[in-house]
Amino acid sequence: MKLIDKMIQCKINGITVNVEAGSTVLDAAEKAGIHVPTLCHLDLHDVGIVNQNANCRVCMVEDEKRGTLVPSCAEKVTDGMRIQTDSLKAVMARRTSLELLLSNHPQDCLTCVKNLDCELQSLAYEMNIKEIHYHGEKMSHPKDLTSRGITKDTNKCIMCRRCVTMCDEVQTVGVLSPLKRGFDVVVATAFHLDLGQTSCTYCGQCVSVCPTGALAEMNDAPKVWRALNDKQNHVVVQVAPAVRVAVGEMFGYAPGEISTGKVVSGLRRLGFDKVFDTNFAADLTIIEEANELINRIETGGTLPMLTSCCPAWVQFIEAQFPELLSVPSSCKSPQQMMGAVTKSYYADKTGIDPKDIVMVSIMPCVAKKAEAAREEFNRQGLQDVDFVLTTREFSRMLKEAAIDFKKLPEESFDELLGESTGAATIFGTTGGVIEAATRTAYEMVTGKELKDVNFKQMRGLEGIREAQVEVGDVTLRIGIAHELGNARKLLESIRDGKNHFDAIEIMACPGGCIGGGGQPYHHGNTDILKKRQQALYKLDGAMKKRKSHENDMVMKLYEDYLEKPGSPKAHELLHTTYSTKARI
Amino acid sequence: MPIKTREDLMQLKAQLPDETSYRMTILLCGGTSCLSSESDIIDEMLREKIEKNHLENEVNLVKVGCLRFCGEGPIMFISPDDIAYVRLTIKDVSDIFEQHILRGHIVDRLLYVDGAQNKTVPAPKDMDFFKKQQRIALRNVGDIDPRSIEAYVAREGYEALRRCISDMRADEVINVVRKSGLRGRGGGGFPTGLKWAYTASVKSDEKYVICNADEGDPGAFMDRSIIEGDPHSLVEAMIIAGYANGASEGHIYIRAEYAISIEPLRLAIDKAREHGFLGTHIFGSEFSFDIHIKLGAGAFVCGEETALIRSMEGHRGEPDKKPPFPSESGFRGKPTSVNNVETYVNIPAIILRGADWFASIGTERSKGTKVFALAGQLRNIGLVEVPMGTTFREIIYDIGGGHPEGKQIKAVQIGGPSGGVITEDFFDTPIDYDSLIAIGAMMGSGGMIVMDEDSDMVEIAKFYLDFTQDESCGKCTPCRIGTKRMYEILERLTAMEGDPQDLERLETLGENIKNASLCGLGQTAPNPVLSTMKFFREEYEAYAYRTKRTSYLIDGKQCIGCTKCARVCPVDCIAGKVREVHTINENDCIACGACYDACPTNAIVKP
Repeated sequence: MKLIDKMIQCKINGITVNVEAGSTVLDAAEKAGIHVPTLCHLDLHDVGIVNQNANCRVCMVEDEKRGTLVPSCAEKVTDGMRIQTDSLKAVMARRTSLELLLSNHPQDCLTCVKNLDCELQSLAYEMNIKEIHYHGEKMSHPKDLTSRGITKDTNKCIMCRRCVTMCDEVQTVGVLSPLKRGFDVVVATAFHLDLGQTSCTYCGQCVSVCPTGALAEMNDAPKVWRALNDKQNHVVVQVAPAVRVAVGEMFGYAPGEISTGKVVSGLRRLGFDKVFDTNFAADLTIIEEANELINRIETGGTLPMLTSCCPAWVQFIEAQFPELLSVPSSCKSPQQMMGAVTKSYYADKTGIDPKDIVMVSIMPCVAKKAEAAREEFNRQGLQDVDFVLTTREFSRMLKEAAIDFKKLPEESFDELLGESTGAATIFGTTGGVIEAATRTAYEMVTGKELKDVNFKQMRGLEGIREAQVEVGDVTLRIGIAHELGNARKLLESIRDGKNHFDAIEIMACPGGCIGGGGQPYHHGNTDILKKRQQALYKLDGAMKKRKSHENDMVMKLYEDYLEKPGSPKAHELLHTTYSTKARI
Repeated sequence: MPIKTREDLMQLKAQLPDETSYRMTILLCGGTSCLSSESDIIDEMLREKIEKNHLENEVNLVKVGCLRFCGEGPIMFISPDDIAYVRLTIKDVSDIFEQHILRGHIVDRLLYVDGAQNKTVPAPKDMDFFKKQQRIALRNVGDIDPRSIEAYVAREGYEALRRCISDMRADEVINVVRKSGLRGRGGGGFPTGLKWAYTASVKSDEKYVICNADEGDPGAFMDRSIIEGDPHSLVEAMIIAGYANGASEGHIYIRAEYAISIEPLRLAIDKAREHGFLGTHIFGSEFSFDIHIKLGAGAFVCGEETALIRSMEGHRGEPDKKPPFPSESGFRGKPTSVNNVETYVNIPAIILRGADWFASIGTERSKGTKVFALAGQLRNIGLVEVPMGTTFREIIYDIGGGHPEGKQIKAVQIGGPSGGVITEDFFDTPIDYDSLIAIGAMMGSGGMIVMDEDSDMVEIAKFYLDFTQDESCGKCTPCRIGTKRMYEILERLTAMEGDPQDLERLETLGENIKNASLCGLGQTAPNPVLSTMKFFREEYEAYAYRTKRTSYLIDGKQCIGCTKCARVCPVDCIAGKVREVHTINENDCIACGACYDACPTNAIVKP
């Protein structure tokens, strides 16, 4: 139980407000119904993320008693404080700060990747900036287009440092930091290395919080357009679970709107030959993973076993914990399993030459782009997955094709690789993969039916969670972490022998894939993540089949092609290896 | 042997050879500017001669810290003769040795000549430069061998510490500091006793005291001179601060480029440790304290205390928002008292002579003295320590001796890149923290630059802004982009490419940068521009309206037609016959100034 904090009183523009001690002036202003513009500020405290550097100076307000300006986002309210948010001094300072930022910003909004989704642009509109009074030198850095996932256009950086907070403090990856000084300051990698040469995990959280177009995903839509227009190709697409509960936001739906049917029909309109569900592969993953876990427990293999669905997480452990490479499950992620099965089993069944199949994924994730390009995922000269589009890129393609999303009909996934269970759906949220695995492992081990499939103790948004589940004679000790900083804490405790688990699920992004780096921008609103999460559990709850091994089409895949979980064929197609990838 | 008692201290003092046993003591300046003029070679040469002639027991040659009269350096004081030799070169060593040391004859040509009165002044105490000074912070600087702990102890060194630990509780020490009225000498002027009391009052398992020795203003060399000339004062003061604040660790943050200061400081810390002033059971008490040196990379912003702390912690040197203040949460998140070098070295003096003595010096709200690095268009320049309340006029004319050529003094720049200019109208203002703020300037750390009628105030403002915009850490928008834009406007103006709206832009931008910047650097960066705009607006307007003359002129009344100017002009734009008034073709003049230097009659007028 949280203690009731001491309440203190202040006045904002003459309105008396009572706030908890420790509140910021911005909190108090919001409580008084007064809007103060902010820019660098980012508060996702529900998932432990706060960027409160007070460096953009766009939220300055006047402290009447002291007669000085204070940054409302970071200044704590003191008892009896009197704040004026609209004094001339405050307004002028805010405008000047914004004008100065604009004076060092490319004015190419019309063609910018963030056009109409840019916080700097909105602010300029909101503050009615019609003229920039200052001009002079502008930043001039080359764009970094070298990585597999993220593009960096430093000239659009406004030094809000949200990305630095994300990369260094939240994810503890430490790739981005401010360099140089004065006007020449930039957020950059060490020695200005290209992102591709660093230990960047491509989690894309820098992208998801960047207020401008300085950081964005690599745009792969042109390649997909070309593939779709080549008649020789048989273009197959798969859709990840977290996409269907977020994509609606791009078209004016409320967060948490479930748009599975529209996504499928939209993809067909775009010209994809087959629309498959990544959820099918998620069920397949669970069969393989649960089998691997039981195997490791029974044969005294390495424990804990860590899930390996999240590619940013895999990159992270390869770069930062090379001594722990035996702990992740050898299972490929659902995206890669889907690619491998499509280019083998599906190709066999349909008689299509795998060389002609182009596998495209719609993912909530930026790291999936880099994952698809891993050399480990090349079989006989073919990548399992050819192109990966984020939820945002997919939405932009629909808009580009003049498809009215709201008017799209509800359609179903294509046969063979389209069926899925509720267990697969919750892959999209933190805790979901391990809950799904537990549902199957329970029945595999005990041979008994699991009555209540809802493992509530695995759900939620706390950074690190633990659960214990009785599976027959065994107590499964389960750990769950989301955000890489939390993953690091958990890993270190395991490495140092302070904590013991049998299975651990790790997701790099806040909330899991629902908060992925490729999702529609949440602009600092955690409620959006919560709504997406609720939608996934709602989908799961509404399904008849909620255990992966109940997926008939997956079972058919084993019968017809793979024989059994963990078979040599399954290993060839569905498993992978890890290697040290230590970089700067 | 650790020093535990007053008797131990006396014994240590007794180890210093008695000065009266020498026939002659020579203090040779080892300050940075004298070193750069080869005073170290002079020292070696002289020492060699003394040794060769076996005079080591007769002649006591001491390389001291700064002798403070920097404009006359390299400089040496000889006692008991009470003679100063100035502007020395290695060529003078023989004469000093042969004539003075061996024969006792004064070398007249090396004596100081007071240009204002046009007479020779042999004794330092008779020089105007020193007459009005009062030394507290600089009490030992230039008098003792900074490498000798015995020499420091001989001047009551570590006695203040002994008294604090043996006779006083921590709160009593703070009370003395509080009553003395000492305010922070780093620029802000926050009452030191209050800061200490606050740090002491916060409950914590560990606390720190930090010395901010990141002196970085262009032209400022007060702190480094103190450290170079009297490092033990700082060490002693920090131990006292540790005792009073309840800290067991002290850190000195000093820029790595101050190598000449770091060496004696390290030595002083080692010596203090050797004698038990640092370590456990200091003066036999339960109090333990040690001092560490942290080298900074030389960023100006690291003089700001939160940036300094971040830098010490191994982070990028950037300021943090305040509150929380370091007194509450500073180094490693613990209560930390950050004080500047000059502030510290006042402490032992205050403990020894009492708060009332200190409070009797200075003005009502600014007590004690202040050290200034006096520079610019003056006869006498160097390190100056005067009581608070001394006027600019006294410093400029009585101590500084006025302009060397008798020109009009137009302004004084005080407070470095954070400060502003003061015009003659304010020369009678008594200098203290509050009076300076009242006239739109600030104390700053102590840089004081005097400018004559030829100075271009726009160029001067541009110089300072160039410095701050380059030294900005780049964290907050107004400082990062705003100071750059101000600098660009000044560049346009001085290139005659500006327009009258630029003046408005400068003022608006300047005000908003002051109001909205995160730390002291940005909040004061526009000061040099705003204050010169206030007092010398016509100079800005001349640029903005492009009416400023950019060529040199010849004053027909002064010109004697000697042709010297025409002969040195590199672009041949000076015409005139012998013994007739010459003229400069304004269109061709490149304003190189060659004619100005060549003219024997001051007939050339600067642009």
